[in-house]
Amino acid sequence: MSKKKLNRGVAVVGAGMSKFGAFSDKSSRDLFVEAFQSMRKSVDKEFNPADIETIYIGNFSSDLFEAQSHTAPIMADVAGLAPRPAVRIEDACASSGVALRQGILAIASGLYDIALVGGIEKMTNLPTAEVTDTLAAAADTLFEVPAGFTFPGFYAAIASAYMHKYGMQPEHLMNVAIKNHENGALNPNAQFGVTIPDWMQGRIASAKKKGKPVPTWSDHWDYLHDARANPMIAWPLRLFDCSPITDGAVALLLVSEEIANQFTDHPIHIIGSGQASDVALHDRDDLTSIAAARLASQEAYAMAGVTADDIRVAEVHDCFTIAEIVATEDLGFFAPGDGYKAAEDQVTARDGAKPINTSGGLKSKGHPVGASGAGQAVEIFKQMRGLADERQVAGDIPLGLSHNVGGTGGTCVVHVYERRN
Amino acid sequence: MTATKSTTTKRAFTAASFDQYLNEKKLMGSHCANCDANFLPPRAICPDCYDDQLEWVELDGKAKLAAFTSIYIAPTAMINEGYGRDKPYVAGVVELDDGVKISAQILGLDAANPEEIKIGTPLQAEFIERGEGDEKRTFLAFRAK
Ligand SMILES: [Zn+2]
Repeated sequence: MSKKKLNRGVAVVGAGMSKFGAFSDKSSRDLFVEAFQSMRKSVDKEFNPADIETIYIGNFSSDLFEAQSHTAPIMADVAGLAPRPAVRIEDACASSGVALRQGILAIASGLYDIALVGGIEKMTNLPTAEVTDTLAAAADTLFEVPAGFTFPGFYAAIASAYMHKYGMQPEHLMNVAIKNHENGALNPNAQFGVTIPDWMQGRIASAKKKGKPVPTWSDHWDYLHDARANPMIAWPLRLFDCSPITDGAVALLLVSEEIANQFTDHPIHIIGSGQASDVALHDRDDLTSIAAARLASQEAYAMAGVTADDIRVAEVHDCFTIAEIVATEDLGFFAPGDGYKAAEDQVTARDGAKPINTSGGLKSKGHPVGASGAGQAVEIFKQMRGLADERQVAGDIPLGLSHNVGGTGGTCVVHVYERRN
Repeated sequence: MTATKSTTTKRAFTAASFDQYLNEKKLMGSHCANCDANFLPPRAICPDCYDDQLEWVELDGKAKLAAFTSIYIAPTAMINEGYGRDKPYVAGVVELDDGVKISAQILGLDAANPEEIKIGTPLQAEFIERGEGDEKRTFLAFRAK
């Protein structure tokens, strides 16, 4: 493992997002304008958007979702930033995590001092079957898709191998969904910002109101076991194991470390960045772990000079519940096979020893695929600056981490963040 | 090049060649003599020694189940085959005795009772046809023995 360093330091000084959800009346450019304005408001001191020098936009498939390619200059335009160079990054669900890394590299190279990093995805124009087909294009369409695999199917296969190796039961996955919905209920930007018990009560209330037979779930566990309330998608993954189809956008302001204090007294420094790729799922030696995540995190930790134990909060790529469990092991937070126990023991809860996905994660906050990676940085920025309101993790947070996966782990990008004052 | 000649000429290591072999009911991978390693899907370049003088090798299709799922929410192509909520199907990662792995639909298992399906189940490659007329294509599947 090479211990590569950035040529100079980079900090996040602004971070904003649109509300995540399903918005029939908004295109990705409308959502990006919302995110951009939200980012501007988050900058503590004077900030003139005209000072932005370069733009990186993460986006998976505006081509198929909105019949719109070449989206980066459009996002630059709607933010009033033409003629600055604008680049679209596509690495499936890791698109904007990689866009963040490209922004960091651009500043660290010395070429630019101020970069805008964005992420956009507008997914809800298409019917669900076409969204499924579009997402499947992030897999190997020649050798994986013809087998009948869907994205829930891939992660379900990972779950089957994990259960076989470690003895996890499908019920263990539900701990992740319950926790992330508890966190998301405290995030005003979340798509499904409601706890699962409240969700269940809503279903009961709605049945009563409509004069329909009132369901007799004894508690939310009973609800999650009900095949009508929580139908199977790809065994062992049910509806509540899957992140939703989401529209959303994110904007981050990155600057060189030397000028960070012009924007805020509390910059969040990015001290580690790692990225790796991997072969198709079927070609891997180990189906219970994502090698690109292990490599990306090792690279990021080495660059930052920290270990997994030093990380105080993390946003990890929970596109499916099993993905969060595997991620917490790949990142070195827990030993292989212990991730599901940590979720069961509430270690990953907001008040646990290792809070994971305080934003609600992709599961509850929503998963606008090309915006999700940058969205993780928004939560880390808020948590580390003590601005996460009701979902704020108690105590000092000197170090945070984000972990963003593309596909089944064909891409993984990890960042380590530091607060110095 | 004539059509007959193409069967005797060494085929390029492409997905089209792989599909052409499937049409001939052959499961073909590539082989690196330096590393004594097989690759499926066939690779043109060995990722270990970077040699590009690989050879086609026919695999016997004996395998076991390495990971699987039973899919209830199907993609369009499988909906067109009659699968979906009321008729789930099994997709899996298969480990061949020849030391390679591949994704495939798994036949001969009870997709409606996935908790009964065992990783390690012995499998045999099978060539199935999907689509009609000009759209008809041969796909690789595996069947539980
Ligand atoms: Zn070789």
